Amino acid sequence: MDSNERKTRIVKEIKVDTKKCAGCKACEIACSAFHAIPKYSSVNTARSRIMVVMDEVKDVFVPIRAGDYAQAECNGRNKYVLDGKEYEECTFCPASCPSRDAFKEPDSGLPLKCDMCESDPPLEKPMCVDACTFDALTYEEREEVIPVSKPEDVQEKRGEMKIGLEMLIKKYGFKNVADTVARLGKKG
Amino acid sequence: MRYAETGFNLEIDLSKGSIDKVETDPKDTALYLGGNGLNAKLLFDRVPPGTDPFSPDNLLIFGNGLLNGTPVPGANRVSVDTIAPVNGLMGHSLMGGFFGAEMKMAGYDRIVIRGKAPDLVYLAIHNDKVEIRDARHLRGKGMYETSVLIKQELKDERAWVATIGPAGENKVITASIDCGNSSASRTAGPVMGDKNLKAIAIRGTKDINLAHPAELWEMCSRLRKELDANPNVGDWMAVDEDDSFHHNNFSWGNARVRRKNFWSATLEERWRNLKYDHMSRQTGCWNCPKACHNVIQWPNRRRFSYKCYGKDTYHMASFQELDFTYEILGFAQDLGLDSYSTPQVIAFALELLEAGILKPSDFPGMPSDVRGRFYYLIEKIAHREGIGDVLAHGTSGAAAIIGNGAEAFDHNTIKKFEQLPIKLGKLNPAYYLMIATGEDMAITQIEGSFPQDPITDPELKEEFIRKWVAVPDNKFVEWFRQWEKRDQLPDDAMVAITDWNECMHYLDDSLGFCGFVSSFRGQFGGTTGYHVWNMPQVITHATGIEFDKDRLWGCFMRNRNLVRALNARLGLRRYMERPPEDHWAVRNEEYEQQLLTKYYDFKGWTFDGIPTKETLEKLSLGYVAEDLIKRGVLTGNEVTALNDARAKKEKE
Repeated sequence: MDSNERKTRIVKEIKVDTKKCAGCKACEIACSAFHAIPKYSSVNTARSRIMVVMDEVKDVFVPIRAGDYAQAECNGRNKYVLDGKEYEECTFCPASCPSRDAFKEPDSGLPLKCDMCESDPPLEKPMCVDACTFDALTYEEREEVIPVSKPEDVQEKRGEMKIGLEMLIKKYGFKNVADTVARLGKKG
Repeated sequence: MRYAETGFNLEIDLSKGSIDKVETDPKDTALYLGGNGLNAKLLFDRVPPGTDPFSPDNLLIFGNGLLNGTPVPGANRVSVDTIAPVNGLMGHSLMGGFFGAEMKMAGYDRIVIRGKAPDLVYLAIHNDKVEIRDARHLRGKGMYETSVLIKQELKDERAWVATIGPAGENKVITASIDCGNSSASRTAGPVMGDKNLKAIAIRGTKDINLAHPAELWEMCSRLRKELDANPNVGDWMAVDEDDSFHHNNFSWGNARVRRKNFWSATLEERWRNLKYDHMSRQTGCWNCPKACHNVIQWPNRRRFSYKCYGKDTYHMASFQELDFTYEILGFAQDLGLDSYSTPQVIAFALELLEAGILKPSDFPGMPSDVRGRFYYLIEKIAHREGIGDVLAHGTSGAAAIIGNGAEAFDHNTIKKFEQLPIKLGKLNPAYYLMIATGEDMAITQIEGSFPQDPITDPELKEEFIRKWVAVPDNKFVEWFRQWEKRDQLPDDAMVAITDWNECMHYLDDSLGFCGFVSSFRGQFGGTTGYHVWNMPQVITHATGIEFDKDRLWGCFMRNRNLVRALNARLGLRRYMERPPEDHWAVRNEEYEQQLLTKYYDFKGWTFDGIPTKETLEKLSLGYVAEDLIKRGVLTGNEVTALNDARAKKEKE
């Protein structure tokens, strides 16, 4: 096999313009409704995989999307000052982590992660973007060239997944994790 | 399962320290919807006449609109209702923002507060975990600091905190309850203070279930985009820099001086710069595509936001310019004072000083400049110091205490509630009816569906009619077509217009809609977002209860009559239903009284303005009729107003 073989993939990108955010939470509402089972059957912003970090007095309006689960808190934190405005240390962080009550299923405590509203047939854009009438969230897709993965890469990925799952099982027990995986599978 | 609502009330008795989660009857939802309707029912059922509003037996109710917390855009208003200490009638106020949706996600449709805590407390609600907590360390603290401290204590940045400031703690009549710069006034603040309840912090993480998910989502997605694109909804004061309308037509000072040529292009330019040089952004309420709040950062002040006519009240009461409002408004909001009525009370006090009814010795240490005086008085009122202790009763209350001719300066209240400072020339019959009879106590909460003025150009008029989907009945189209002069329409049109205007506000307040996407925004442009044709579908999809226009209209009539019956039981009578005597320069007492009789008759009310037994029974309010008869408010044999002997005499 030619080790220089390349292929392309679609990179999905949500651009966040914090200056345009009006803090209406339409993104949180749309996200929680879309991921409800059955679809759109409930609203619960605590289940949303997008969250607007909001403080009118500090003029902070930052929609963040749930990223990866972090087992532990950071050992050091960043405080950002942008255009003279100071942002609290976790403002831009997408992690579901023990330091805060965000991006966790309220019933089980299991971490939530944005899936860009994967759907069959695919949506034109993720629900949060569609709901944002202020254009604080806009969606772009672009092609990115990536090296073709080799059999040993796949093996490596499985290894990574195993470590991740073991961590979750340690925290929540096998049954909870298995149930969640099963539920995620059903959703398709 | 209950849809759109949770099916539970949170009942707190602060005297006993009891906390109960009480399941509600779904039949009541179908009859009264929610918001002000179900609040009025609770007040009717539980607060007997004769109860001192400042007593543990009065209730303070935070009632979610039925659609709050659902995907329905623009539904977020919480009706905050009580028996008002200012006049002993139902005090009704609306709070937007996020408090309502959070309450629903915590599992409650409304929070009902009774009793009085032995000392200052706050409520901490996280789903089923509800605590009454000590708030003595928060005494005297402003809105912002209180909410920050409580969120720190609860270690919950995402909780929403509805709080009173020092003004509410001190039972100032013009105090408000604030949650993130969304506020409820009209005497809810002082009642919360009387109950020794400093704040309610709420956080919810439960599902709000929806009956017809796919249909509702499709409809709401479309509505969100329509509202966004519709220039006739939202608050034009947030975006239109030409505010000549209020400044040239409304009265300055204590509703006293009209400055018809105040506005100019240079002023507009100056104010535009003032705004955009200090505006951080515009923000919105829960699930609304309109951003009606202007967030202002003024030098040496904490950032704050305002909406609507709050932009004008302080500088118009003090004959200053916009910079003064920007400077003082955030400060006043933090003390927990309502921006609608408080500046009027201050202007009233300064007029009394000028007239010699109050003496300089009543204002020890007061600065000589008007801005300084406003700061001086606002502090005195919030903390009830010196003359502030008197002014804390509001204009009407203070006038009665001061006496010595002060009553004549209380010239802009109805049923003792402060009104918009408007003084006009010629009587407008529909407005006469709305102002005289409206129990929401403010014209902006009554007007709004039928246009304020006729369109004279025939082509434009027909174009308006073509787009006028909100119109509930063809008779309004016919009246609009023949309408040439503002004050000239048949009496039955004036009555029906008042009824339709009221209808939309009652529906909004029970469903949770903001008037800016619904009831208030039909009058300008005619293409408001919500109306009796699309509301039923939204309710059906959200709740699973089948609604159509007639059933919805029935809910309005039921809620309207229930509020009227509640107030009649509390002493509201015909003689109180008068606009301020100088509201119009030219009045016609005889005509006004005849029109009032026709309106009462149309409503199925007696000559005294009380719903008859038949009217109540037709609306499934038989229990209300029985109660009114038992208490001697009705005999049960009354006829509607036009059939009363006094009406026949009036006609002769």
